[in-house]
Amino acid sequence: MIERSPIGRPVAHVLLVLGLAIVAFPIYYTFVASTQTLQTILRPPLPLVPGDQFLDNYGEALFGGVDRIGGVSVWTLLFNTSVMALGIAVGKIVISILSAFAIVFFRFPLRMTFFWLIFITLMLPVEVRILPTYKVMVDLGMIDTYAGLILPLIASATATLLFRQFFMTIPSELVEAARVDAAGPMRFFRDILLPLSKTNIAALFVILFIYGWTQYLWPLLVTNDNQMNTIVIALKKMVSFADADTPWHLVMVTAILAIAPPVLVVVLMQRWFVRGLVEAEK
Amino acid sequence: MNRKILGAAVALGALVAGAGQAVAVTELQWWHAMSGANNEVVDTLAKEFNESQDAYKITPVFKGTYPETLNAGIAAFRAKQPPAIIQVFDVGTGVMMGAEGAVMPVADVLEAGGYTFDKSNYLPGIVAYYSKPDGTMLSFPYNSSSPILYYNKDIFEKAGLDVDSPPETWQDVFAAARTIKESGAAECGYTSTWLTWIHLENFAAWNNVAYGTNENGLAGTDVELKLNEPLYVEHFQDIADLAKDGVFRYGGRTSEAKQLFLSGECGILTESSGGLGDIVKSGMNYGIGQLPYDANAEAAPQNTIPGGASLWVFGGKSDEEYKGIAEFFNFLSQTEIQSRLHQVSGYLPVTMDAYKATKDSGFYEENPGRETPILQMMGKEPTENSKGVRLPNLPQLRDIENEQFELMLSGQQDAQAALDKIVELGNEAIAEAQ
Amino acid sequence: MSKAVFPNKWLPYLLLAPQVAITLVFFYWPASQALYQSVLRQDPFGLKTTFVGLANFRSVLSDPGYLNAVKVTAIFSFSTAILAMALALLLASAAEKVVRGKGFYRTLLIWPYAVAPAVAGMLWLFMFNPAMGTFAYMLRRSGYNWDPLLNGDQAMLLVVVAAAWKQISYNFLFFVAALQSIPKSLTEAAAIDGAGSTKRFWTIVFPLIAPTTFFLLVVNTVYAFFDTFGIIDAVTAGGPARATETLVYKVYIDGFVNLDLGSSAAQSVILMAIVIALTAVQFRYVERRVHYG
Repeated sequence: MIERSPIGRPVAHVLLVLGLAIVAFPIYYTFVASTQTLQTILRPPLPLVPGDQFLDNYGEALFGGVDRIGGVSVWTLLFNTSVMALGIAVGKIVISILSAFAIVFFRFPLRMTFFWLIFITLMLPVEVRILPTYKVMVDLGMIDTYAGLILPLIASATATLLFRQFFMTIPSELVEAARVDAAGPMRFFRDILLPLSKTNIAALFVILFIYGWTQYLWPLLVTNDNQMNTIVIALKKMVSFADADTPWHLVMVTAILAIAPPVLVVVLMQRWFVRGLVEAEK
Repeated sequence: MNRKILGAAVALGALVAGAGQAVAVTELQWWHAMSGANNEVVDTLAKEFNESQDAYKITPVFKGTYPETLNAGIAAFRAKQPPAIIQVFDVGTGVMMGAEGAVMPVADVLEAGGYTFDKSNYLPGIVAYYSKPDGTMLSFPYNSSSPILYYNKDIFEKAGLDVDSPPETWQDVFAAARTIKESGAAECGYTSTWLTWIHLENFAAWNNVAYGTNENGLAGTDVELKLNEPLYVEHFQDIADLAKDGVFRYGGRTSEAKQLFLSGECGILTESSGGLGDIVKSGMNYGIGQLPYDANAEAAPQNTIPGGASLWVFGGKSDEEYKGIAEFFNFLSQTEIQSRLHQVSGYLPVTMDAYKATKDSGFYEENPGRETPILQMMGKEPTENSKGVRLPNLPQLRDIENEQFELMLSGQQDAQAALDKIVELGNEAIAEAQ
Repeated sequence: MSKAVFPNKWLPYLLLAPQVAITLVFFYWPASQALYQSVLRQDPFGLKTTFVGLANFRSVLSDPGYLNAVKVTAIFSFSTAILAMALALLLASAAEKVVRGKGFYRTLLIWPYAVAPAVAGMLWLFMFNPAMGTFAYMLRRSGYNWDPLLNGDQAMLLVVVAAAWKQISYNFLFFVAALQSIPKSLTEAAAIDGAGSTKRFWTIVFPLIAPTTFFLLVVNTVYAFFDTFGIIDAVTAGGPARATETLVYKVYIDGFVNLDLGSSAAQSVILMAIVIALTAVQFRYVERRVHYG
């Protein structure tokens, strides 16, 4: 064990608590708002401690009948969003890891061209290309389908970049050893690379699941059937700044519900991190 | 024996198959931007229409905010799969009007459905806004609102102002605001939402002055702005002075200023009549007044122009679909439906019959102030200055206006400079959009 | 830095195929159509089209609003990226140091990333918007004239903090993963040799997490340039008087809201060119110093 300087740790704690206050406060605040009455919310400033409407508001949102969350049951919304998020996360990881593997561990013409080709996709926001992308979806018959929700979003440049960075830190000796063993690249991939990448995959899964979970504009456009809505869309449906009558307290509840599953994913992945690195101690 | 059973089975099969061939319901998608409680209203309307007959089915689809919905509609049109009906906000009216081949005027739709379209049934101020200069109604007004004055009665009392008589002219409003601040009754005397819609577009209509040439764009799209005429300059200089003294607080480009009023920070608010719901819900002791007019404008008050959105119909649909849409619009026009919509949701009634029915029911006595926005639109026949502004790039123009106002309110330029810039940059933008 | 590789000729293409296929169909095909708009003059519905060559580009580049957006973008992106990365690294290091509550801190600090942009904007509105926000109210009560609706600098501050806030969690996550993967044996050896914790950080830890830092630098830059208009839209709408109008926000406003597709497409092309150049510079000059081992 390294000597732990007596000053270091408390400072670290202070920093962390401060960081926590900054980073987690807005969410705490949403929770507070979700436990207040509508009137309290409409007359700022909002109190800093939770109110007493927890059961009322959450009950109304979850069980108050289908009408309450934009006309679709919460469970359908959560299901749709989960399918989309999982599909996107898994899809992205799979195809990115394969691409990064190809780019780092092989030499072939156009190698870097492909890398940049993939990378440039980050540089044109969806809003700009939304009109022609929609047309492509219509032409392929993918409106109102899960495939339509998932496929266009799984070409991820960030995942490819991350894996590339990681793969480049793999010592050459490992590759050479595999070649000496006549193991073949796919064996190398499966037996050596994948296990080493576990931490990165876990981190990416968290990020990508959340990315998929929080998509708004694309699902909005690509689904016309209300039964295909995601929970973020339902949330937006409930908010109305201009024409009054927003049930803010219920909006807050839905916001919390919308955040809950991703947070759960984060918490679960936490364990994987720890587990992953105990093994990785080379 | 077997053959009999077989025969029966075949017959039964044919019967079932035949039953499966029942009349197909024509599905009509209605893309809209209604959220919150208004979303529930949309769903209820669709449900009631669908249950009242079985030939057509209206399917409402929420497509986000107004710009998002409009974009969705454009994307769908370009992909050759537009919905039947789309809700477009007032600012997008110019865009839709310019899309001659893409939309089908509502007047034509109603006639295709076998209904004669009688304009006199509809509220003139609203319908004029959504019609071509020759009177053809292009879109069906759905949620229209009008700007009015709200004031906090408790603050008025504390400031020593007459609680039952709201200020009628802008000059009165500004004086009252100063009194409020000076007496300490509230931190700020006056605030307003939607500076562009209320203080330029409606200012022009209500005071019967021109917003731009060519009847504000109705007679031709190459408009030159007239926003730096003396009446406007004086009005905005007054506001700038109030802002400097802390009597006027700026609340943002759209409806955020309402919160300043709700929290009790400001005593007077000009905002859309659609904002009434939140004010009632907050439990404030509020009062309502007409939109203020300028005491120096000769013909004021004239009429206000609606804000909100209307329903447009895409072209290229089948006759059957147009019949269905016509049925739906006819359904929406029914007095009972319009009255309910108006009373429950704060929209203005679209038909004269609905207005009359609501009046007869005593609704306006019980709910003072609900009639104000309607009266503002009805009083006089609209003039060339008061039919609204028709420009294809109105959103861009509003951005320019808001930017210059923000510079003015933060003290970086005076009203004359701000309005001059608006005219200069605005004219450039309009010319480019030709 | 010559790496050992596998000799296969066809396998790499096969491995790349899924991603490339999807990218071609769902990105390059529609994107090229969108970018083609930049040489056209078209009404939103596509009913009238005129080919105008480079006219859109010319009018974009000569627009003083555009130059303003370039300046705003530089300040905004730089500040956001630095703020988000520095704070995240600080917090990740602190999280490394503590023994008790590590998991607790880590979980709570990664949370905010789960907050959708759609929701985050609303939250900031509730807290800082001068008309509605609680903090705004408190700030004003204590005498400070907090008015980002009219004060450009305050608006910029608000928007940088809001954008950085969301990214801190993202960066934190990756920094934690990177810090975790540093073998304890290395840091222990250095400690035994007498290196203090700061020295250990800069000589051992920092170089070892360099690949991750580089990754985050690139990602944060791209994020600041492209993904932030949701937040800007929710918090200041580019105001006041364009004080927070970044290049990408302008693209969004001109294309999505004002429906001027030609100008928006031209701006996108220029923006893409800028970021590609920036990223290429990062790859060429910064990556050279990254130690991959």
